[in-house]
Formats: sequence, C-alpha cells, structure tokens
Amino acid sequence: MSIATRSLPRAIGAHAILLTYTAIALFPVILVIMNSFKSRAGIFGAPLTPPAPKTFDLIGYTTVIGQGDFIHYFQNSLVVTVGSLFFVLLFGAMAAFALSEYRFRGNTLMGLYLALGIMIPIRLATVAILQLMVASGLVNTLTALILVYTAQGLPLAVFILSEFMKQVSDDLKNAGRIDGLSEYTIFFRLVVPLVRPSMATVAVFTMIPIWNDLWFPLILAPSEETKTVTLGAQLFLGQFVTNWNAILAALSLAILPVLVLYVIFSRQLIRGITSGAVK
Amino acid sequence: MGSLKIENVKKAFGPVEVLKGIDLEVTDGEFVVFVGPSGCGKSTLLRVIAGLEDSTSGRVLIDGEDVSVTPPAKRGIAMVFQTYALYPHLTVRNNMGLGLKQANTPATEIDRRIGVASSMLSLEPYLERRPAELSGGQRQRVAIGRAVVREPKLFLFDEPLSNLDAALRVNTRLEIAQLHRRLKATMIYVTHDQVEAMTLADKIVVLNAGKIEQIGGPMELYNAPANEFVAGFIGSPKMNFVDGARLGETAKTIGVRPEHLTVDPKSGAWKGTVVHAEHLGADTNLYLDCEKAGLITVRIFGVYDAEPGTTLYATPEPGKTYRFGADGKVLK
Repeated sequence: MSIATRSLPRAIGAHAILLTYTAIALFPVILVIMNSFKSRAGIFGAPLTPPAPKTFDLIGYTTVIGQGDFIHYFQNSLVVTVGSLFFVLLFGAMAAFALSEYRFRGNTLMGLYLALGIMIPIRLATVAILQLMVASGLVNTLTALILVYTAQGLPLAVFILSEFMKQVSDDLKNAGRIDGLSEYTIFFRLVVPLVRPSMATVAVFTMIPIWNDLWFPLILAPSEETKTVTLGAQLFLGQFVTNWNAILAALSLAILPVLVLYVIFSRQLIRGITSGAVK
Repeated sequence: MGSLKIENVKKAFGPVEVLKGIDLEVTDGEFVVFVGPSGCGKSTLLRVIAGLEDSTSGRVLIDGEDVSVTPPAKRGIAMVFQTYALYPHLTVRNNMGLGLKQANTPATEIDRRIGVASSMLSLEPYLERRPAELSGGQRQRVAIGRAVVREPKLFLFDEPLSNLDAALRVNTRLEIAQLHRRLKATMIYVTHDQVEAMTLADKIVVLNAGKIEQIGGPMELYNAPANEFVAGFIGSPKMNFVDGARLGETAKTIGVRPEHLTVDPKSGAWKGTVVHAEHLGADTNLYLDCEKAGLITVRIFGVYDAEPGTTLYATPEPGKTYRFGADGKVLK
C-alpha cells in the first residue's frame, strides 16, 4: 500500500473492526480451552477467569485419556475425515475437469445437476441413507460415514473446482496432447498442480463440517468400535450429571488435529481465496 | 516427406460455421502462413490439422495418409503455442524431452536431439532451469526447441510471436526463418499480422470468415490481389479504396496503395488537405482529405514536410491502380 492511500483514522477503524471480530470469533474457543484446565468448582465458580493455581486441574484430561478408547475415537475421526477428503478431492477434481474440459451433450445440465447438492441438505435423506446402509450391511462401519461425507462434499467441490479448471490454459493441455500424454496424465501432472490452491480451499471447507459432525456418526455408526470424537464426547454428557471437565478437555483435544490439517492447507488456502481477485 | 492436403474441411460449433469448406495443398518443405482477421477460422484450421479439434466433415492428409481420426501425438506434428504452454514443473531439458520419452525414444537419442536443438536455439545455459526462471523470449525458444526435437513432418505455429514485445518479435521471426532454412521442414504458421506473413511465407493463405480468399506468394498477393479483402489486408498502410462513381469510373471501387501515390503542392489528380502527418524517418505517412476521393493515406519515402491544413494534390502512379467490381473481385 502506498503512503497516499494510507490514513491513520482509517487504519485504526479497520483494525478496530477486525480485532472485534477476532475477539468474538475466538472467545468461545478460548473459553473452552481455559476451562478445560480448571477444576469443576473453578469452572462453575468463575467461568470467565483463566486457570489460577487454586483452580488449575487436569482432571478433565486424565478422565478423557483414562477412558482409554478416546485415542481410538480420534483415530476413527481422522480416518473418516482424511478418507472423505481424499475421495471428495479426487472425484470432485475429476468431475470438474470433465465438465470444464470436454464438450459433450448435456454438459451444462450435468454441471447444474451436480451443483444441486449444494442447495439440498443431505440430512433430509437420512432415513433413506440409513435404509441403504442397513440393506448393504454397512451400518456401524467407517465406510458408511466416508461414503456419506464424500457425497456431501462433492457438489461444492465440483462447483468450485470446475470454475478454477476453466482458467487453466488450453494451450498447456493441448501441448500435452501433442506430446502424447494421456488425459489422465494431463489431469494429474499438468492441471492438478495448477489448481492446488483452490483444492486446498475446497479441502478446508469440506474437512471442518465432517470433523465436527455428530448427526451421521450417531445414526450410522454409534458402535463403540466406530465412534468419532464428537460422538465420544457425548459420553460425558449425562441426563442428570454432566462431566464438564471431561467434555471441555475432549473438545479442546478435538481442535488439535483439525488445526494441524488447517495449517497444512492454509498456505495454499490464502492463495486460493485471493487468486481470483488479485492477479 | 511432410506434405499436407486438406480436402473440403468444414467445422461447426453448434449452429456457428467456423470453417466453410477449406481445400489446401502444401508441398514438402514449404513455409505456409495462414493470415486473416481474428475470428476468421485460421486457428481452428490449425487445430484441425493438429488433431486437437475434429472437423465436422472433410479430410486431412499428411504425407498422403488420412489422419482425420489419428490422435495428435501420432500425426508426426509439433506445435508451438502463443502462450508458450511449457510444463511449469519440468526443467527446460525435460520440457523438450517429454514428447520423445512418451514415444519410448532411447535416452541417448533424446539427449542427442536436445543437444542439437538447444545449440541451434542457444538454450544450452538454461537446460536445467524451469520455465518460471526464463524470460518471454527464452520461453518461446524453449517451446520452439520442444517442437524441433520431435523432428516432425509438420511444424505448426499458432501466433508464436504475439506475446513477445516488438524488438523480440523481430529477432524471433528471424530465428524462425533461419530454422526453416536449416531444417527444410514443412511449416504452417498462423498469424493475424500481415508483416509476419509477408516476411516469412513461401505461400500465404488469406482467410476470411471461414473461407480462403486467396492463396499465393507474398509478392503475388501484393501485386495481384484477387479481391478487395486481400488487397486491403496485405500491405501496410492499408490500400486506399475510393468509390468508383465519384471518380467517374465504371468499377465499383478503385484501389490504390499509399506507396503508389505521389503528391505535389501545385497540381495533380486529387486535390486535398493534409489532416495529419506521421513522420517515421524512413518514410512519411500523410492523411489527406480529398474532395473527390475522400480520406486517403499517402506514403512518401524519406522526409516530407507537410503541416496539417496544407493543400496538396495526390496522383496515383499509372498502372498501379486496382479496379474492383460490385462483388469485390478484381476486374481485369
């Protein structure tokens, strides 16, 4: 930014707005993490204060880890999230490539059909999905969750990626064809690396709802073997007694893996979000 | 080897007819330039030859063999694109070698050919660099090198100079001309720039609205254009067209090139006022608003001082005017 376009009041105003928003967005997260390190009395006595020596307590974490299976729940969540993400990106990118690259009858119609899923929540079809999973014997398997989340993530992935794939130079793809590359090689070696930022964007938007989802794990895979973290945390949520220490600790822990994935994608993400606006 | 024959090729995108029946024959070793305004179908025709686009009807024969259904990689062609289209993740060496590697050429042969091509285009110092580390001119040379190593029957150039700046364009044009002389290969070159067409071509194909207007050598097109379109397209500045009726002629339109007009301050055929003068050093372009002929351009070799507003008389050189009929065709 040049000096000519910078003015102090405007800078202060912009920062004030952004800082306020950051505070609002981070407040619940910080509250959860803060209270997860406190004793039960500490949580209820002064929920808004950070852990003091008097209230500091790791009981929540010891409960969660002592419960034994929580490591397993994490594993399940990770398998489901990474698995679905992989399929969403793979199939989404391939469908987007076909829609943007090849002229065929019904191309536009097919694109609209695939994008329709953005507007229709997949949860509407829960009963049908459950029947389908029962019939195919997939209830209480992680496969069921991966299939459902792949279906859930695909529409947005196809929609976003096909826009970006249209921007990839035709000449480059044609040069590949003249050099004898197969359509698959052109896709994986030439096109995918060029749309990587947008794929990271799609990855983040797809990943977070999957990781946080409670609905489908509860309905399709509630067994001890296949519980995900969000479902596992419900263990501490009783009808009469709720173990807040354990819940807050479980939730704090659940933030970590998604944070790691986010950091991996975020470098690409920033480029993806701004790539349309700034040349 | 390296001849090309196109028989009645048509191409339509839905209801839009882009090529309306093209017939063309290119003999081995010829440098053919397709030239025409944008949207005339020249790039589409090149893509049909390359196999990147299927023709709606008609046949393409390379070396007498029908390649209408042969994939691009098997047609024995190489193509240079306007946007270079280098593989961003590969070094210059691998960019050039990829096509050969795909065709299972032995590694020693690939190395030999890359060596020859890179010395021809003085690319040796850059072989291990990636395209992002090269300038525009170097990138286009790599793209040309990638075509050279394939030793194709047919070189296809799709406006290869359009993305280069003016000075580099002249250099690269020269390099392409030398390359053609050295390789003696058949080259097909698409451009909208008639200067490139005139300087490079053995044979120019002038296209307009999906049809061939005229085929011929550069001087043939300049001296004997078949119609008004070709006459206007070839030559710079553009040929002056004057309404025949205003001059009392039977022809619909009279054409005279700016360089075939002489000016005199005292007497001449068309009296006019100087509207604007462009001084280029080697020559001077005068825009005259004439009573009889309307706005015309006159090209004078050398320096000529003429202030706007001055009255001048322009006279066409005898025997250098063209007469066009109502259909735009030249009248004999």
